[in-house]
Formats: sequence, structure tokens, C-alpha cells
Amino acid sequence: MSVVINNLKLALPPGGDRAYAVDGVSFELTGGKILCVVGESGSGKSMCAHALMGLLPESVTAEAGEILFEGSNLVSLDPTAWFALRGRRIAMVFQEPMTALNPLMRIGDQIAEMFEAHDLLTPKARRQKALALIGEVGLPDPERIVRAYPHQLSGGQRQRAMIAMALALEPAVLVADEPTTALDVTTQAQILKLIRDLQRRRNMAVMFITHDFGVVAEIADRVVVLQHGKVVEQGTADEVLLRAQHPYTRALLAAVPTLQPPQRTPLLDRSKAVEVIGLGKTYVSGGGWFRTERRVQAAKEVNFDIFRGETLGLVGESGSGKSSVARLIMRLIEPDAGTVRIGDVDLTRIRGKALREQRRRIQMVFQDPFASLNPRRKVGNIIMDGPIAHGVDPGVARKRAGELLSLVGLNASAMERFPHEFSGGQRQRIGIARALALDPEILVADEAVSALDVSVQAQVLDLLEDLKARLGLSMLFITHDLRVAAQICDRIAVMQHGAIVELKSAALLFAAPEHAYTRELLAAVPGQTPSSKAA
Amino acid sequence: MISFIAQRIAKAIVVLLALVVLNFFLIRLAPGDPALVMAGEAGAGDQIFLAQLREKFGLDQPLPVQLFLYVKGILSLDLGFSFRQQMPVATLILQRLPATLLLTGTAFAISLAFGILFGALAARFAGTWADTAITVLALIFYATPLFWVALMAILLFSVTMDWLPSFGYETVGANYTGLTHVLDVAAHLVLPATTIGLFFMATYARMTRASMLEVNRLDFVKTARAKGLSNSVIQRRHVLRNALLPVVTLAGLQAGTLVGGAVLTETVFAWPGIGRLMYEALLQRDYNLLLGVFVVCSAMVLAFNLITDLVYRSVDPRIEFAS
Amino acid sequence: MLLRNPGGLIGVTILTIAIAVALIGPLLFPTSPWRMVQRPFLPPFTLAHLPLGTDALGRDVMAGIIYGARVSLLVGLISTVAALAVGIPLGAAAGYFGGKIDDALMRFTEFFQTVPSFALAIVLVAIMQPSIVSIVVAIAIVSWPPVARLVRGEVLSLRTREYVQAAVVTGQTNWWIIWREILPNALSPVIVLASLMVATAILLESSLSFLGLGDPNLMSWGYMVGAGRTVIRQAWWITVFPGIAILVSVLALNLIGEGLNDALNPRLAKGGR
Repeated sequence: MSVVINNLKLALPPGGDRAYAVDGVSFELTGGKILCVVGESGSGKSMCAHALMGLLPESVTAEAGEILFEGSNLVSLDPTAWFALRGRRIAMVFQEPMTALNPLMRIGDQIAEMFEAHDLLTPKARRQKALALIGEVGLPDPERIVRAYPHQLSGGQRQRAMIAMALALEPAVLVADEPTTALDVTTQAQILKLIRDLQRRRNMAVMFITHDFGVVAEIADRVVVLQHGKVVEQGTADEVLLRAQHPYTRALLAAVPTLQPPQRTPLLDRSKAVEVIGLGKTYVSGGGWFRTERRVQAAKEVNFDIFRGETLGLVGESGSGKSSVARLIMRLIEPDAGTVRIGDVDLTRIRGKALREQRRRIQMVFQDPFASLNPRRKVGNIIMDGPIAHGVDPGVARKRAGELLSLVGLNASAMERFPHEFSGGQRQRIGIARALALDPEILVADEAVSALDVSVQAQVLDLLEDLKARLGLSMLFITHDLRVAAQICDRIAVMQHGAIVELKSAALLFAAPEHAYTRELLAAVPGQTPSSKAA
Repeated sequence: MISFIAQRIAKAIVVLLALVVLNFFLIRLAPGDPALVMAGEAGAGDQIFLAQLREKFGLDQPLPVQLFLYVKGILSLDLGFSFRQQMPVATLILQRLPATLLLTGTAFAISLAFGILFGALAARFAGTWADTAITVLALIFYATPLFWVALMAILLFSVTMDWLPSFGYETVGANYTGLTHVLDVAAHLVLPATTIGLFFMATYARMTRASMLEVNRLDFVKTARAKGLSNSVIQRRHVLRNALLPVVTLAGLQAGTLVGGAVLTETVFAWPGIGRLMYEALLQRDYNLLLGVFVVCSAMVLAFNLITDLVYRSVDPRIEFAS
Repeated sequence: MLLRNPGGLIGVTILTIAIAVALIGPLLFPTSPWRMVQRPFLPPFTLAHLPLGTDALGRDVMAGIIYGARVSLLVGLISTVAALAVGIPLGAAAGYFGGKIDDALMRFTEFFQTVPSFALAIVLVAIMQPSIVSIVVAIAIVSWPPVARLVRGEVLSLRTREYVQAAVVTGQTNWWIIWREILPNALSPVIVLASLMVATAILLESSLSFLGLGDPNLMSWGYMVGAGRTVIRQAWWITVFPGIAILVSVLALNLIGEGLNDALNPRLAKGGR
């Protein structure tokens, strides 16, 4: 059972930034093996997956090449033949489990639908099979899950349900389009293990799309690397990861941070830039006369200090409270308890004009490069607004904005342009320039590189380190990615369910983690197995 | 779920009370003596009636007392007296209410059924001439004033072609019973119900079309295709159900417009409902009657909103009633 | 952008004609539409200078339509502007400040939305005595809740946008943030709504005039239809032509609204791609 892709060319509609989504791509999927297709955003990897299912968008056409599977060429297959093939011989798992399931149908019904689509089994038998599948993918309490609606399950559970659906008809090929990208690292580890186990047991061919080399290291048998729609390298996992030939592959691999914290110069200055004492915040939803309240503790007795000139990492999964803590420190949301001191000023006790004045000492770089800049304001204005609000002369502010743009590696001419004219990485640089415009003492980076491609990520991280050293900043770095934290943090605080479970220097944390959760988190980072290492 | 209904009813009652208070102040807002305003043009000449009004509503007493008396009256379902028609307002309204319910109910049903049908068709054949035809027709009907459609309908079907009656609820003087009566009423119902129905049909058709096109782009539809389901199954089971949710919400919001449409249509077709009653009150400057009908219309809208809300919640499992 | 959309183009063309008629028409047709100029019930297309015939009192239907254009467009525009002037600040305040202010404003808005708007307009005009001022006020009062709702929704979603948070963090005042960061980005759906509101206002005004609640000194399209209602069998043109005028104006505004929506929100353009 194999799928052979020969010189596939998928043409994009005219007027785009390139002519082909996929340009002359050739590779093979073999039964019983996992092939990882790796690339950054825009590499065409997702298009390959969709082509394999005949689910290409209307505007994209297959101009040349063939996809050979079980005696037919999938490129020229007619619609009726596709109905028989989809789900039965080739199945797909998508990236976003929340939106990939019909919110109005029960999980059991959606799984049973797989059989119904191909006129198999009686309704009762379908129900039985659905139950069996739910058990097979490791979901607890199958009876309850069968009757549940998607919104009642967690992200990881939904993804397992999607996998159950995909496996229902025992397909020969499973196409997985970034199935773990939207999941927490511990959940991701479980799903990766599940996919590998199921693949071995059923001897399927798996095509796994991802941008994460750690995942590749974890599960790939063979690897294909795509850049701008072309295959730049392919081979076995060892060949590509350990003996990469193509410069692009090498650059990508080099950009992936290791889990080994580098030697960091010890800090001499022991004065504190930020003191956080007993911070607490509980979100309450619902309530009122007839509804029960739902209380979520985002922050529970959080205590830590940031020393002058250090980078403190705040690490955790979604729901750990790390973003809430960042927003509490910036006073974007009001704490229920605790204080935040910046130098000798208690930030939590002041209001109005006094608060606005103190705000310049601690600034933030946000996560989403596409949402952190006002699309209707010129870049120059975005950077100048802050200083002008604090009374700086507009002419002076303008000059400073130009200097800052050069500092972050952009041309000063960017001042007259709008955000949408820039790439994601460039927008993050603008965000950094904006944050620096007020000459802050402390910089809070809230998942500042999480939305960037790995090569761009490395550049922005270097920039942050460089600026920090030059301007003498202290930094609070929030992330879910332990590799990134290892690279740039002096000390790391691990958060779970709103509380800090461990706080140590980076070196110590990775070498000798104490708390059970920290150990679990470290173990879950993909790509650490001795058989294949990512750099 | 019971607690939810109770909560909503409680809210509705509060709104009604606020309305009643609003009514109270509206009368006081009109220029001149409140007693004269309430008596209307007809009653203003009758001194005894005016004195009765003054006493009953305490019009020479301080404002809070007046308010109290007024609200008390409303709570005992006393909506005042219409001098012109020589009957309590409440009785007048109760007489005419069933006809309006029949009309609006029918209009709502046809508009929803056909609106969704045409909207789904337009979405299914999006980009073809069928889609353009439906969209253009919907645009035109949406833009046409209701009273004009009513008149054109009369002109076309009654005057020119003489197919359908254009006046009233039943053939006057014929005294039909049983099935013949039902058919007679039905014949009279066709034009008015369709007139109102056309406007709302256009609204629902446009909403359904847009919603279906929107839902078709969502991820779970891609999943359904990946399962190998046929397109008709996907549209029916996955797309339609999700696409209809905003239509239900829209239907709820249209309740007020539906009642307003009834006023115009009943006036043109001389349909004996509370809409026409409102028109009569206007002509006669009978403010008691006018405001009474207004309160009842609002109550109807509130009830309708509650029902739509319940329907929405029972269809969408993501919304919880209570733990 | 709007003009590339065929519907939008038609809409703008019609509206321009309507505005031209409203502004220039009275100069070309100086006779008051209330003047009796010929025998009653003159059918249309019989006399060259009376292309649309005369009504029950011998008044020129064409003149009525031209002068009626002024009334309809004026009422539509002013009442919409008034509704926006009330709805936008209320909605923005509710959305931005949240909490008790939001609750209070929302209860207030909900109240107005549960009341059937046409019925309320009737009651208001009846009580205030029909005049162009009372009509404009009544329409404005029933039209502002959807504006407030929409603006509140937009502001609520924009308030959590990261660039708004950035503005807070860099020390901007609340009013600056609302004015510079939030409102400019919230405006596109409001503009679409505004054009649809003018259309609805015209419909409301004509319906009120039809029922006899129009300003007695102003000839309006609704009034003409209402006046011609009783003689519809003999003189169909008295009701048909003013009705067409209303239909065409409202249609034009709806088309413009749709065109604006497609232009400002290309994701939902027709064709379903």
C-alpha cells in the first residue's frame, strides 16, 4: 500500500505572490511508515495534504503531475470515485479540533456517520463500533463521550475523537494536517504516541504535516522538507535531521533552540526591578439568581522577583495562568489580591494620571503580530503615540521613532507605511520598537515569538537579547515553548493552575527538575528520544 | 429549564411594567389637559365622562398617586374605556385579538417556510441565474412598503382579476358554518397574509442564503467531505442545521416589525384585528384605546421573544439553561 | 470600491437622481403640489405637461412626487443622523466601560427593542401631534437601539484587541483610546447600518403618512398613496406612482448598503468562495 506523488504542480489563481502552491513535488508514502512533511508557513505542505484527499479549494488547480494510489491517478479522479475513496481508503485529521467537529451533533453520531457515508453496517452495529473506537483512542468513559457534544470535550479529547473518526473504516492512508499544533505540549505528547501506536497496529501509511522539528524527531520514519512549494530535501529521519544537505534545511534545524540552556553570565546586580507579592485573581462567570457560578483561579498567591538585568521566564500550558499574570503585572486587568512593586512604586495602589505616568517603566510586546498594530495608523504614529501622550515634543518623538526602527533592524522609511505592508516578523519588530519608545526599565514579552516561523523566531529572539544587553533592560518572558525558554531565560518559573510550582535558574531546572509537573512538562517536549536528535 | 423560563418571565413582567409607566408619561406629555387627552375627541365634549375620568385616575392629585392608580388599573386588566366605541378597551382588544393572531401566525409560518426554502435554493445554486433571480426579488420585496404591496395586491387580484376577496375576514351576511366558513376565512386570509409574508420571506431568504454560504466555509464541513459523505447529506445534516441558528435569532427580532406590519395590512384589508383597531383609535383620536392596543402589542412581542429564545436554546446545545 | 459592485453602482446612480430631483425639481416645477391644476382623475400619459396624471382633487401627481422626494430624503437623513448621534456614544460607552454602565445601558436599549417600533412611532407621533419634527423625533427614537447594540458589540470585541491593550500600556487616556484606536476600526459596520437605516426611515415615514400621521403641510409619498386608496379602482395611478418612488428610493439605499458591506467586508461577498 503506497501513495506515489510524481512531479505534482498545483497552480494558484493569478495575482498571488507566486504561481504555484506546489511546484514539481515528488515523494512516496509507504505502508507502515510515517512520513513527515515539514515546512514553514506558505511552503505548500497543507496543499499537498488536501490534494491527497481531493479537497483542494476551487481556485487551485492541478496543472501537472500525478498521485498514484491503488491503481488510480487521484489528480484526475472523478467525483463519484472520490466519494468511495474518502474516509474509506484515505482519511484525514485536521488542525483545529474545535472547529473541525459539527457543534450540533453528538460525538457518537459523528463517528457513526463514517459508516453511514459508505452504507456499511446497521445503526446498532455502528453505535457499537463507535464505542469501540472511542475506547481504542484512549478516551475515558466511552458511554459518556458517545453522547457528548464537541464543546463539552477538551482540545485533546476532541482530537482523539477526530482520530477515532478517521480510523473508523480502517483506511490504508492517514493524512494528518498539523494535528497537534493547537494542543498543549503534554497533550501533544499523548496524541503523538497515540498516532504512532495506531499506525503500527494497523500498518497504515501516515502523512504527517508539521512545522515543528521536535515532532519530526519524535515520530518520523521519513522526512520531506518543503520550501516555497518545492522539495529541497528528503530522506530517512536520521539522514535529514543529522546529516542535512540543503542549506535551507540546515538553517531551519539551526534555528530550532535546543533544550540545553547555554552558559549565562552570572548577574552581579542583585537589586530588584520587579517584586510580585501574593498576586491573586479569580474569574467568575455565570452567577445571578438562577445560574451557578463558575470560578476559575487564574492566579493563586503568585510570588516572584525579577532582578535588574535578568530575563525571568514564565512557562506553562494553556490555562496555567501565565498570560493572566502578565496582564496583572501590567495592570491590564485588576488583581483581586497582592501587590506589584516596580522599584519603590506600588503599581497596584495608584490610579489615573499617576498610573499612566508609571506605566512607561514597564512595557509589553504582544503575541499576535497581526492584531497588535492598529491597521489604520501609520507605523510612525504607532511608535510616537506613547511618548507624545507623556508630553514629549512631537518632533523629538518622530526623530526617536526613526532611531528605534533602525535599532530593531528596519528602515526608517517604514514610518510612513501601514502595518499590513509588513511581514509577521517585521511587525513584531515594530511592536518591540513601540515598547522601547518609552525607555522602559522592564520589558514583558507575552508569547512574543509564538506566532512566528521558526527561522524568524530565532532572529527576533536574538534581537531581544541584543537590545536587552544594550539598553540594560530586565525582561519577563512568557512562553509555552520550553526550548525557547531554555535559550534566553536566566531563571524560569513553571506555572500550573494559577500557581508557581517551581522557580529556579534555567540550568538547574533542566538538569534537575524537582516538581512532578515540571518533570512531566520536560518529558513531553518532542524530539528528545535517543534514536534521533534535533541538533 | 423551569428556572430559566421563570427568570425570563420575571424579566418580561418588569419590561411590561416599565412600558406601562412609559404609557403613563406619554399621556401626560401630550399638550393640554390629560383628561381631555384620555377622553379623546369624542369624549371631550361629555362633562360627566370627563369628571369620571378625573376621579378614576386622580388627575387632580399629585403625580405619584396618579401613577399608582394607573398601574393598579392595568394590573386588574382595566385598560380604560373608549368613549367613542362605548366599550372597555380590554373588551375591544380581546374581541379583535384572535384575528390578528391568525393573520400574523399564518404570515410568520409562510414567510419562514418559503423564506428558508428560497434562501437555501439560492445558496445551493449560488452564482447562477436562479440565485440572481431570487436575490433580486428578495431585494425588491424587502424595499417595498407594506401598505403599497397590499394595495397592489388588491389591484391585481381583486379588482383586475377578481380571484380573491379584498375586504374583511369573511363574506358579510353569508353566515357560513363549518368547513365552508373555514374556507371562506381562508380565502380572505390569502391576500393579507401573503402581503406581510412577502417582506419577511425576503428577509429570511437573504439571511438563510448568507448563513448557508458562511457555514459552508467552516472547518467541520471540510471534515464531513473528508468522510466521503454525499453533498446533499452534508447540506441537509451539517450545513442547514447550523445555518438556521441565526435565522431563528432573526425571527425573534422580527416580532416587533411583524406586529407593525399587521397594523398596516389590517388597515388596508379591513381585517378586524387589533392593528385595525389601532388605526381606528388614531382616526378618532382615542388615546386610551391607542395606548391600550400598544401595551397589548408589546406584550405579544415579549411573548414571542420568549418562545424564540426557548426554541433557540433547545436547538443549540452549546447554550446552557442552568447547571 | 463601492462602485465596482454592480448593485452598489445602481444604488448610487438612483440615489444621485433622487437627490437631484429633490434639490432641483422644485426649481423646475415651481407650482405647489397642493395647487389644483386640471380636472380630477386625469389619466397619466394623456397630457404632455402632466405625465403622471392628476389625483382626486386635480393636483399634479408628478409635482407631488418631486416635492415628496424632499420630504422623504430629508426625514430619512435627519432621523438617521439623530439616531446615530444617540446610539454611537451610548454603545461605545457601554462596550468600553462595561460593568454597571453596560448593564444599565443594555437594559435601557433592550426595553426599546422589545417595544414594536412602528407601533411606538405611531403612538409618539399621535401624542406629539403630527408634524415633521415629531416624525423625525419619533423615527430617531425607535431607530437608535440597533445602532447602540452594534457599536457596543464592535467595541467589546475591539477592546480586547492587542493594539488597544498596547495603547493602555503606553499610557493613553480612555477617551483617546476610544476615539483614536477603537472607533475608526468599529465604523465600517456602522456605515453599512446607517445606509440601511435611512432606507428604513423612509419606509417608516411613508407608513406614518399613509396612516394620516404625516405633516399636514407637506406633500409626501405616503400621504399620496393613502389619499388615493379609496379611489384605487378608478384611478390606479395615484397609488402606483408614489409607491414606485418609495420602492426605488429604498431599493437604492439598500443596494448601497449591500455594496458598502461587500466593499468593506469582502469575505462575505456573494458567490460563496
